[in-house]
Amino acid sequence: MTADRPIASAARRILAVGVAALAAATASAAMLAAPAAASTTDVATTCTPDGTTACVSPVVLDSDNEPLPGIDVTIAGPGFEQVVTSTDGPVSVAVPEVGTYTLTIDEDTLPEGTTANATERQVTAQLGSTARGAFRVGEGVAPEGGGATDEPTEPADGGTSDGAGAGGEGEDTGIGADGSTQNVSGWPAFSQVWQQFGSGIRFGLLLALASVGLSLIYGTTGISAFSHGEQVTLGALLGFISVNWWGLPVPVAVVVTILVCAGTGWLQDMVLWGPLRKRGTPVMQLMIVTIGLSMALQYVIQMFIGGRSQRVLPSNAQPLELAGITLSTASWISMAVAVVVIGAMAWFLTQTRIGQATRAVSDNAALAAATGINPDRIVRIVWIMSTGLAGLSGMLLAISFGSFTWTLGMILLLLMFAAVTLGGMGTAFGALAGSIVIGIVVEMSTLIPGMPSSLRYASGLLILILVLLVRPQGLLGRAVRVG
Amino acid sequence: MSAENTTEKPAENTTEPVELDDETLAATVVDSETARQVTETLAGVEPKVGVAKPDPILRATGVQRRFGGMTAVDVDHLEVQRGAITALIGPNGAGKTTFFNLLTGFDKPNQGTWEFEGKQIARTSAAKLARSGMVRTFQLTKALSRLTVLQNMLLAAPDNPGENLFGALFRPLWSGVEKRNTEKALEILERFNLAQKKDDFAGSLSGGQRKLLEMARALMTDPAMIMLDEPMAGVNPALVQSLLGHIQALRDDGMTVLFVEHDMHAVRHISDWVVVMAEGRIVAEGPPTSVMQDQAVVDAYLGAHHDTDLGDDSLLDPAVLARLEAEEEKR
Amino acid sequence: MDELSRILIQALGQLIAPATAAYALAAIGLNLHFGYTGLLNIGQAGFMLMGAYGFAIATIEGAPFWLAFLVSAGAGALLALLLGIPTLKLRGDYLAIVTISAAEIIRFAGRSTLWADYTGGASGLAGSTYKGPFQALSPLPDGRTTIGPLEYLNNGSDSWWTRIFAWSVVLVAVLLVWLITRSPWGRVLKGIREDEDAVRALGKNVFAYKMQALVLGGVAGSLAGLLFVLPISVAPDNMGRTLTFFVWTVMLLGGAATLFGPVLGAMLFFFVYMLLRTGMRAGLADVMPAQNVEHLAGLMVGVALMCIVIFRPQGILGNKKELAFDVR
Repeated sequence: MTADRPIASAARRILAVGVAALAAATASAAMLAAPAAASTTDVATTCTPDGTTACVSPVVLDSDNEPLPGIDVTIAGPGFEQVVTSTDGPVSVAVPEVGTYTLTIDEDTLPEGTTANATERQVTAQLGSTARGAFRVGEGVAPEGGGATDEPTEPADGGTSDGAGAGGEGEDTGIGADGSTQNVSGWPAFSQVWQQFGSGIRFGLLLALASVGLSLIYGTTGISAFSHGEQVTLGALLGFISVNWWGLPVPVAVVVTILVCAGTGWLQDMVLWGPLRKRGTPVMQLMIVTIGLSMALQYVIQMFIGGRSQRVLPSNAQPLELAGITLSTASWISMAVAVVVIGAMAWFLTQTRIGQATRAVSDNAALAAATGINPDRIVRIVWIMSTGLAGLSGMLLAISFGSFTWTLGMILLLLMFAAVTLGGMGTAFGALAGSIVIGIVVEMSTLIPGMPSSLRYASGLLILILVLLVRPQGLLGRAVRVG
Repeated sequence: MSAENTTEKPAENTTEPVELDDETLAATVVDSETARQVTETLAGVEPKVGVAKPDPILRATGVQRRFGGMTAVDVDHLEVQRGAITALIGPNGAGKTTFFNLLTGFDKPNQGTWEFEGKQIARTSAAKLARSGMVRTFQLTKALSRLTVLQNMLLAAPDNPGENLFGALFRPLWSGVEKRNTEKALEILERFNLAQKKDDFAGSLSGGQRKLLEMARALMTDPAMIMLDEPMAGVNPALVQSLLGHIQALRDDGMTVLFVEHDMHAVRHISDWVVVMAEGRIVAEGPPTSVMQDQAVVDAYLGAHHDTDLGDDSLLDPAVLARLEAEEEKR
Repeated sequence: MDELSRILIQALGQLIAPATAAYALAAIGLNLHFGYTGLLNIGQAGFMLMGAYGFAIATIEGAPFWLAFLVSAGAGALLALLLGIPTLKLRGDYLAIVTISAAEIIRFAGRSTLWADYTGGASGLAGSTYKGPFQALSPLPDGRTTIGPLEYLNNGSDSWWTRIFAWSVVLVAVLLVWLITRSPWGRVLKGIREDEDAVRALGKNVFAYKMQALVLGGVAGSLAGLLFVLPISVAPDNMGRTLTFFVWTVMLLGGAATLFGPVLGAMLFFFVYMLLRTGMRAGLADVMPAQNVEHLAGLMVGVALMCIVIFRPQGILGNKKELAFDVR
């Protein structure tokens, strides 16, 4: 015990410095972010948001993404109700107080033979910004697939204005809804099923990028990293910043995003996880540290983008049909990137020395250490790789789905856990398989008549619970000996 | 706390190799009346695998446990004699602990049945088994570190109305039981030389003391059969003798003891019957002296080292074996 | 100087605010889960939201206050059962994963349009729709009362009555926790926290004990949700993951597995948090917008949580020898 004291106290010092450095870094980042975030001005509206004014704006678009005039939208909120008629340009109204407002489209004012993709949108009005709620109006049923996939219809959100302390959680999905998710009524046609299957594969592949890392972290350290969701959001944020603020071309932005995110993993392992490992901190304690980290990261992200929903690619999505599935060109490219990266990962884990060592440590750290592998080095590589991949996943998700908010990672974390549990915790390939299944189930679940799109993620939880009841070790996991 | 613990544990595992010569061990053996009776009874039993015992308390048939493609346990038939000390030995990875887990309800078999005191218990939960009189200890001691020694003991006492959520609210319902349990606990602790430690956190005890506490705690449940998983692993040599003495005392008090062990030395001197496992199967059983000479045992245990004495300490150092097994456990 | 005393009084008010009582109660429940039993519940906000909806919807449907109170408690118990059955026989992290997921799903369900007739969708339920029966119970005369620097209405939402009721509930909860944790029942819970296999080997039905603890803590959580919405409104977006994390911070700050840790933690936390926010808002007004001050304060809570866990895992009141973390 006494012999270990100096090491323990040295680790303690490193930790103290590390935590302070993290705090300082994030705080200064906030200073930088403040003016930039405030400069994102809105298009000309009849209501100009400032420090004391909050605006709400209904946006009605036709199938060609052009504003559709003459549609009545009711804006209702706490003690406030007003009907606004859409015009060729933007319309907005000032609302008396911040909070949640419901925008309801008057279906009687729609052109003959058309319907809206939703009758209601919820937005959260905030001082100094315009909360938009978008409706798409087209012929026949809701414009399933057909080129409209990636238009961001998700409004601004995310008030943090409650007095009680905890910030509001804001919009539900965190990912721009694709405007194709709400099925109006009746069971779907095959083309719809096929289309959603394609969306599911897309979602699954992008999800897999993040969950493979989560699984590797679990395998090598035993930690269920609750901060992994925020690592994904961080990727989306960096993608947004590097494309829109720094003006980098997208491929360069992807590389920058991966590098910076991987850098955060390296930094974390340097100042946090490494020293804690040396101290022999129990896993349960480490898991709570990841909760603190998740909270800290979440607020850092909010400092940059607030509650707004942001687009990584400024231009409108170009639809591209392949094999009867219509997704945006950017989505197809993202999927291709994901497949290549996952392939590279598989090669790395099975063919390279370090990769094999990683799997060995994940299998049995003590035994691996006995055979001369340095688990410490492997764990560092895993943190770097996992955070880098999570960043890539976040950026590609934001590109594919059109937009993102700070809640992106929160919802993804749930799905990642479901995927990793389904595949068998700690197995990288199980996480891949689990992700694809979860992606498909989540996207297909919107085909159930009457299912609101915000509840599609509930299918993730459902799968999680079913797996735990039936086969807790997951599809590819092994049962382990007790005692 | 965390730092203390992690630094303490390796220290235990690196305990000097136990140096016990046959003389000290032989001196440990108490030549009790019960021991003679049991030896006599078992002398009439033919030493062959799966043999029936005159008065079996535990009887297992066709027990199989597979992990993935590997069959960890495949036992055709085993009977354990009531009131005797039976040792379950075998090389590392022989499936001893897995078999033990199956018997005590901590793992579910792929197939097989077994009965305890004539009752089928193959699908019974571990807790229920313990309540019916079959209590176990663990290879890596499970002292409840942040409870005091006395609390550890009281926790084990059965049928305390205060352990019911609604009973807990009304102290008069359980204060009497609690008092009687405390007296009993102190008596047992006295016997195990732990009485003066009763208010210490169990985590502050040495490895050997934790083993003793675990055994003492098991006694609080008034068991008919006590199952010890490697009671000697990682224990200071000075304590091994007293531990062996305690195990014999259990038998002399009328309990049945089944224990898993690596250390052949200890096994030879205190057990009445030895069962040898290798690769998941039982390869031999019989009284200690005859089993040691069994060719199947020598093969299973030593592989290429035929010329080594079975009791060779450098080879069967329990501390080393415990560490190996501990590593295996983490898988 | 005026500014300073205003900030101080505001922070002082947090010590007895109904929201602080709500956090304290939620942390008491979490303490039963984590501190005494070692259960990783990372979805306490889900329990709170269930309790808030249960109470508000029951009242709106015409139930008298105490019936709505029971409905609120029942909602938490039900959620605990649903989440406990698949997870409590498995390794600890599964409960963590399932609770954090379920809390989010409950929030989605609450704000979805599917049940908006009951839950009010994303805008939630306005306070005026369900506060009536509770405020009618107040024995206090109308008017305002000043105690020291603090002045509130006697009756109404943000009133002395709400405060008295909220802290009475907390007091009862502390008393109950004291009674059950010093009993043999509490000893079994602590044993499970240390090593559930050992306790199982001694003949205790570990699953049943864990379930009892989960349900009790969940009921505390759901009643905390009731207290949380008494002075305000039911807004699902205010009861998400961040709320859970704050409750964790409160509990660990005060000291897990201690009787008064959650209460002390809640008071101290909100005193400092309010001081920090109002102070920074005044001090940094020229440097950053008010919104970013909120974010900065939240960031500091996150970092504080990490620091507590790393450097003082036993919290303020905890005994270093008996801290609640799993030492394996």
